[in-house]
Parts: sequence; C-alpha cells; structure tokens
Amino acid sequence: MSFLANATGAKSRFQRRHSVPVTVVLAALALALIVLAAVFPTWWTGQSPLETDAAAVLQPPSSAHFFGTDQSGRDVFSRVIHGARYSLFVGFGATVIALSLGVLIGVGAALAPKVLAAGLSRAIDVLMAFPEFLLALLVIAIVGTGEASIPIAVALAALPAYARVARSETLVVVEAGYIRAARSLGVSPVAVLAKHVVPNILGPLLVMATIGVGTAIVTAAGLSFLGLGPQPPTPEWGIILSEGRNFLATAWWIALFPGLAIVATVISVSTVGRYLRSVNEVRIS
Amino acid sequence: MSVADGLTTAASRRWRPPLLALLWSLTRRLARVFLVVWAAASVGFIALMVVPGDPVDVMLGVQAQVSDSVREQIRADWGLDQPPVIQYLEYMSRLFQGDLGQSYQLRAPVTDVLAQQIGPTLQLSAAAVLLAAVMAALGAVFGRGKKIKRFISLVELVVISSPTFWIGLLLLAVFAFRLDWFPVLSSAGLASLVLPALTLALPVAGITSQVLRQGLDFAEGQPFATTAKSRGITPARLVSRHTLRHAAMDTLTLSGFLLGSLLGGTVLVETVFARPGLGQVAIRAIIGRDLPVILGVIVLSAFVFAVINLAVDVSYRALDPRLRASKMAKQA
Repeated sequence: MSFLANATGAKSRFQRRHSVPVTVVLAALALALIVLAAVFPTWWTGQSPLETDAAAVLQPPSSAHFFGTDQSGRDVFSRVIHGARYSLFVGFGATVIALSLGVLIGVGAALAPKVLAAGLSRAIDVLMAFPEFLLALLVIAIVGTGEASIPIAVALAALPAYARVARSETLVVVEAGYIRAARSLGVSPVAVLAKHVVPNILGPLLVMATIGVGTAIVTAAGLSFLGLGPQPPTPEWGIILSEGRNFLATAWWIALFPGLAIVATVISVSTVGRYLRSVNEVRIS
Repeated sequence: MSVADGLTTAASRRWRPPLLALLWSLTRRLARVFLVVWAAASVGFIALMVVPGDPVDVMLGVQAQVSDSVREQIRADWGLDQPPVIQYLEYMSRLFQGDLGQSYQLRAPVTDVLAQQIGPTLQLSAAAVLLAAVMAALGAVFGRGKKIKRFISLVELVVISSPTFWIGLLLLAVFAFRLDWFPVLSSAGLASLVLPALTLALPVAGITSQVLRQGLDFAEGQPFATTAKSRGITPARLVSRHTLRHAAMDTLTLSGFLLGSLLGGTVLVETVFARPGLGQVAIRAIIGRDLPVILGVIVLSAFVFAVINLAVDVSYRALDPRLRASKMAKQA
C-alpha cells in the first residue's frame, strides 16, 4: 500500500495539507494586523488622521511621526492606519456584492430559458473583454462621482468574471446524478438551486473571491487617486497618494507609505488566497 | 483522430471555397463589433438619461442664475426637450454618420475632442507594448536559472501586486526628482515618454514573463524539443528557434486581456505624469458631468475592445496552424 501511495504521490499530497508554508503563515499574520488596524485604528496610534499642525509641516519620518507629516502637518502614519478601514471595507464589500450578483447572473446564464441564457452569456463575454479598471471608470462615469460610487463601481467591474465562472460551474453541476435524483424525487427547482446547485459551485468562486479582494482594493485606490471617490482630507490610501504626488520632490514619504500599505495588503490577501486555491484543488483531485 | 480531421477539412474545402468562408467569417466578426458598439451606446445612453441631473446646469455652471425661459431655450437648442425615444434615435442616426454630438463644456464636437487627444495616448500605449514585450522576453529567457528565478519571481509578484500609479510615483520620485535622469514635464520629447511607458509596461511584463517562462518549461519537455536536442542544437538556438515560439502562443491567448489592462492603465499613468490624452478627457468629463463626452468615451472604448478581441481571435488562428484545421472541421 505504501508503495502505491508513494508512486501516486498521494503521500506528499497528504503531507502538504498538514504543513502550511511559512510565507502563508506570514501573509496571514500580516493580514490579521491590517484587519486589526481597520477595526481598532486607535490601538496603533494616538494621533488623529485629520488634525493639522502648522508647526510640523512636511516633516520627514522620525520617532514622533513614523511616516513623517504631510503639507498640513497631519501625521501620515495615522492617516495610513486609519485608511485601512476604508480600503478593506471597499475591498471585501465590493467582492461580496460582485460574488452574490455574479452567482445570480451566472446561474441564470446557465439555466434560464434559451434566449435569456444566450443573451446573458453573450453580455458576460462582451464585458469580460473590458479591463476591470476601465469598466469601473465607466460605471463611475454613469452614476457620478462620490464616496458611495466607488464600491458600486468596483463591484460591477468585478462581476462579469464571477458570473462567467458561476455559469460554467453550474453547467457542470447540473449534470450530476444528485441533481437528477433530487429533481425526480419531486424537489422544486428553486429548492434544488438553493440547496444543491449553489453550494456546489461556491468553492471555486470563494477562492477566486479571496484573490479578487486584492484587485478590488487596487481598483478602489486608483479611482480615489483620480479624485472620483471620497474627497481630501479623508484618510484613504488613494487620496494620500494623490496628495503625495504634489510633493514628490520634497516629501517622498507621503507617497511611499500608503503605496506600501496597499502592496502589503494585496500580497498578503493573494498569498492566502492562492494557498486556499491549492488546498481546494487537492481536495477536488 | 488526425485522419478524420484531415478528411473533414478536405470535405469542407470542397463544399465552401476558402475565400468565401473567409469573407463569411469576416462579415460575422464585423457584425459582432457593430453589435457591441451599438449595445454599449444604447446602455450608456439609457443609463445617463435615467441618472438624475440636469444637463443645463452642467452647461451653465452651478452658480449661474438664469430665468426659466432661458433654460427652455437652451433645452430646445440642444434638442433636450424632445421625448427620450426621439433623442435616442437621433443620437443613433448621428452615431452612424460618425458624429458623437457636441461637448457641453468644451463647446466643440466630441469627435474633435477625442481625435485631438488620441495621439498622446496611442504613443504612450505603443511605447509601453514594445517595452513590455522586450522586458517579458528577457525576464522569461534569462530568468530560468534556479537562483535568478527566485529573484525574478519575487520582482514579478511585487510588480503585479502594486498599483500602477504608485509605481509611477516612485519612478518619478527617484529617476526624475532625485537622480534627474528624466524630465519631470511631459512636454520634453522622447525622454519624457520613458517613465510613463515603463510604468504602464511593468505590470503587463510581469504577467507575460511568468506565462512565457511556464510555456518555455512546458515546450522544453515536448518531443520536438527532444528531437532538436538530439540533433545537437545549442540551448540558445533551441529557445530562439523552437520553444519561444510555442511559449508565445500561450501569451497570445492572454494578449487581449493584457492589452486591455494596459489601455485601462493609461488613465492613471496620464494623471500621474500630467500627460495629455484620452484619460484626461475622460476624467474631466466624468467630474464635470459632460454627458456627450462620457458617452463618446464609452462608445470609443467599446469599439476599441471589440476590435482588439477580433484581432486577437484572427491572429490566433493565423499563427497556429493546428487551430485552423480544427476550426474548419467544426464549421463543416
């Protein structure tokens, strides 16, 4: 038996499931810290992200201001910490909206009456041709700028990808024996959808979503960098970056640290997401 | 399988002359582009009409105090007093003639506004595509040793995970402000194109080089690579003559997506480097609620992406003979 397990690689797979790579542990730890910053920003810094100080304008990083101060003497460290809340909120919120609507539309595109299904599938394919950022920009162009527009735009931009995967997963799942069994036992179509189809297509979509959170955060930061979302002096990473753009020559720290925060968040989220995907794939195979 | 393929291919050739088949598939594809543009224009038009807001306010500015009769006059001049369906039909019939209407803010035809600004954007994108292709090929071909692979993979991860505009800000801070190698202003000729193009190219190059390297590794294990090696071909020649071509096919599948994200990125890069271009037109129109320009941008981007998809589709079949045969078999 053990010879068989070695030959098929089953043993190594078994081991992989039990030892989590160091990078994943580090990423999970970093993510936990960032979430902590979003929920309890005051645990990290006593300084207000909005309070100006005319005596300490454009100060370089020091023990009093870890990330320096901006053009109005506001503490950049405090602004970056407080910015975590908005970014994570938009990142996770938009992903949840995109995922739920994507499942709805994707299942519809797979199972609706022929004409509707074909129309939905075609629409998904066409929207997939657009890059996510441009799609988000076009949504903002239509609904107008503002703080509430950003999560809507980011969610709608991410939606086609989820809908496409949900559609193809549904097409596979409905062929399964348990679906036919449930239908022939007289379970109503709606109950079959809710109890059997959706739970079974959700796995790959959830993994996709963990990686999608990172993309959503970057898209949202880009939109507010362009000045289409919340307005200064809101502590938001994209806004701090756009303020830092005007002081690149004299105060590099304003533009450096919020970007580092974005990169750290995105890398830790996507590392955890990729690990989940590999675990998920092993289970499927 | 291959025998059957050959037979059906031959049969389909007999039934439909290749030229006719080509024309037919071309017509179908062009019709699809047309359909996408029409759908985008319709959805955009309806959505902009439903969203609250008075175009007259945009034209006059928020503070303007004008009597209702003047407002009515402006509405009549711009055809805004017509029923929505009539406005829609008028817009569509003008769109057919290549007229996107008048900008509210700039008081100029939208087509002129877009045409004036498309040059810098095209220039930037072309430079970025070139740079990305070169960087990706170098990263894939020279990044295959064990140690250097780790380093390059790390660079790729950071580059892919970073927001484009932040990379741009860093490049600007280091190479323009600190080292003074490149100009800060966007109007200083070719030298001012380097940093923006690099910013735009980096994330695309990061993804492409990953895919390309995987393709190289895969192609190296294929029988044709073993054959070539047994002929005594040098590793460098194996890559340049055989495996790189195969690996490039995989990236071609992605090229539509990559080109798309590159064009989407121009908006941010133009803002970071204060360059003129379509991105700037779009941002100003969005903030100013200049509806005809917004709709023009929507129509133009739908057109561009439909054409990109068409081009990728066609070139994919043109470059890979295997696909052409199976496609013909399917059509028969």
